Amino acid sequence: MNISNVAAAPAREMEFARHVFDLAEQSLRELNQALHGLARGSNETSWEVLNPKGSHSVAVGVDQPVAVDVRGSVGYYCGGMNAGGTITVHGSAGPGVGENMMSGSIVVKGDASQYAGATGRGGLLVIEGNASSRCGISMKGIDIVVRGNIGHMSAFMAQSGNLVVLGDAGDALGDSIYEARLFVRGKVKSLGADCIKKEMRPEHIALLQDLLDRAGIRDAKPEEFTRYGSARKLYNFNIDNADAY
Amino acid sequence: MCGIVGLFLKDKSLEPRLGALLSEMLISMTDRGPDSAGIAIYDSGAAGRGKITIQSSAPKADFEGLEAELGKKIEAKVSLTVKSTHAVLDVPSDKLEEARAAINELRPNVRLMGAGEAIEIYKEVGLPAEVVKRFDLTGMSGSHGIGHTRMATESAVTTLGAHPFSTGPDQCLVHNGSLSNHNNLRRELIRDGMRFETENDTEVAAAYLSSKIAHGQNLGQALQSSLDDLDGFFTFVVGTKNGFGVVRDPIACKPAVMAETDQYVAFGSEYRALANLPGIDGAKVWEPEPSTVYFWEH
Repeated sequence: MNISNVAAAPAREMEFARHVFDLAEQSLRELNQALHGLARGSNETSWEVLNPKGSHSVAVGVDQPVAVDVRGSVGYYCGGMNAGGTITVHGSAGPGVGENMMSGSIVVKGDASQYAGATGRGGLLVIEGNASSRCGISMKGIDIVVRGNIGHMSAFMAQSGNLVVLGDAGDALGDSIYEARLFVRGKVKSLGADCIKKEMRPEHIALLQDLLDRAGIRDAKPEEFTRYGSARKLYNFNIDNADAY
Repeated sequence: MCGIVGLFLKDKSLEPRLGALLSEMLISMTDRGPDSAGIAIYDSGAAGRGKITIQSSAPKADFEGLEAELGKKIEAKVSLTVKSTHAVLDVPSDKLEEARAAINELRPNVRLMGAGEAIEIYKEVGLPAEVVKRFDLTGMSGSHGIGHTRMATESAVTTLGAHPFSTGPDQCLVHNGSLSNHNNLRRELIRDGMRFETENDTEVAAAYLSSKIAHGQNLGQALQSSLDDLDGFFTFVVGTKNGFGVVRDPIACKPAVMAETDQYVAFGSEYRALANLPGIDGAKVWEPEPSTVYFWEH
């Protein structure tokens, strides 16, 4: 695709109104059905959700490049499986925000509960507050940026992608990690099995700068972070451990 | 699954609304626990008076005449308030123990739900909304309370398998999770003299705390010990005469969220349970840390 041609395309003349869904009056099923019903290339790209009040599965399974602003706190699995949507939670998120995200982005203005971004395959998840336990568990390509702290067992069995933490990390960070990269600016309470501190080479500085830029973070420098990753000692069975089984 | 709620009021002007607020929180957790529900509510009565909550599967027969018989037996003024399958006996606080023993003798089939100077416990099988209606919980006032909606995993769906469980005078426990060493622990506690009415894992946790307290620990210490001795998943909320406490196991996979304002401290398994509390938009909202004992007291 030639990018300059897209930029030069004539602006659409029709203005489409923002869709406002009030979950105090309309059902969650109606909201998600409306989002799933959008045709490819639809102009209905702007959505606002009112009164979520901790509802589960808000804007799950979005598969078009639409913007969804959720005004308040959500429960389980907000934005799960997101493919191309831009979802902003103007509040906090319950367990499993952005679980198995494929692409697009999710921004949580408050805190996130357990297993944020679990199994995520792509896209960017930004948590402006803290994330609790198991953040990025089994991540498979997603990028996660947390402005605050993360809880214990984060990046457990993380396979690929990047987890950036401006605050501290809890116990057992990166236990049984594969090839995901972890960048922590603050303290790490303890590292999990096979997770080790690694050097920051120029390519990691560049990668981290790009992630911080995309997350809209301007008050942190990549040089302030420490990189952690896999020692690759658990990849193959070690015959010396045979007695343990 | 299961759902837990708790509300500890700092602002006395909210006390008449405690039952209504807690009931709404409880009902919001229906899909976490649709098979039974229960609530413990703390409302200190007149000085020198205590309360005993009892339950019967044949309330008409069991509660009839109990007031007079018990009064005669313990030689004191007794009053009885019946609420469906439950009844609350008001007795002098220095005769609580005597009254408990007397009830056991007079009505051997009646189950003791809880006793103390402030606590009343109501629990039954059925949807939380039905349980709230059955006991008219919305009309109750009090200083604090905890509630539970149950989705049974470890034992039968019965009234006695529902939460809260009494752990001692004015103390009770609700639990979300499942304990994996409860059978062994139950055997040890039976040797220690504790009595059990169900096969329920939470009853073991309650008896464990009671036993630790009987051996001289305070509730905070008992909760701390539970982190070493209980194996499995748990988020516990405990109620005491003056407050309530929260503890989560080290893995902390059972959800928990708390909110605090100048008016109250609230606990919910999910934010949904807190979403309609007054002033929630300005509240400090956070997730309690694993392996950490939290406590609020008046």
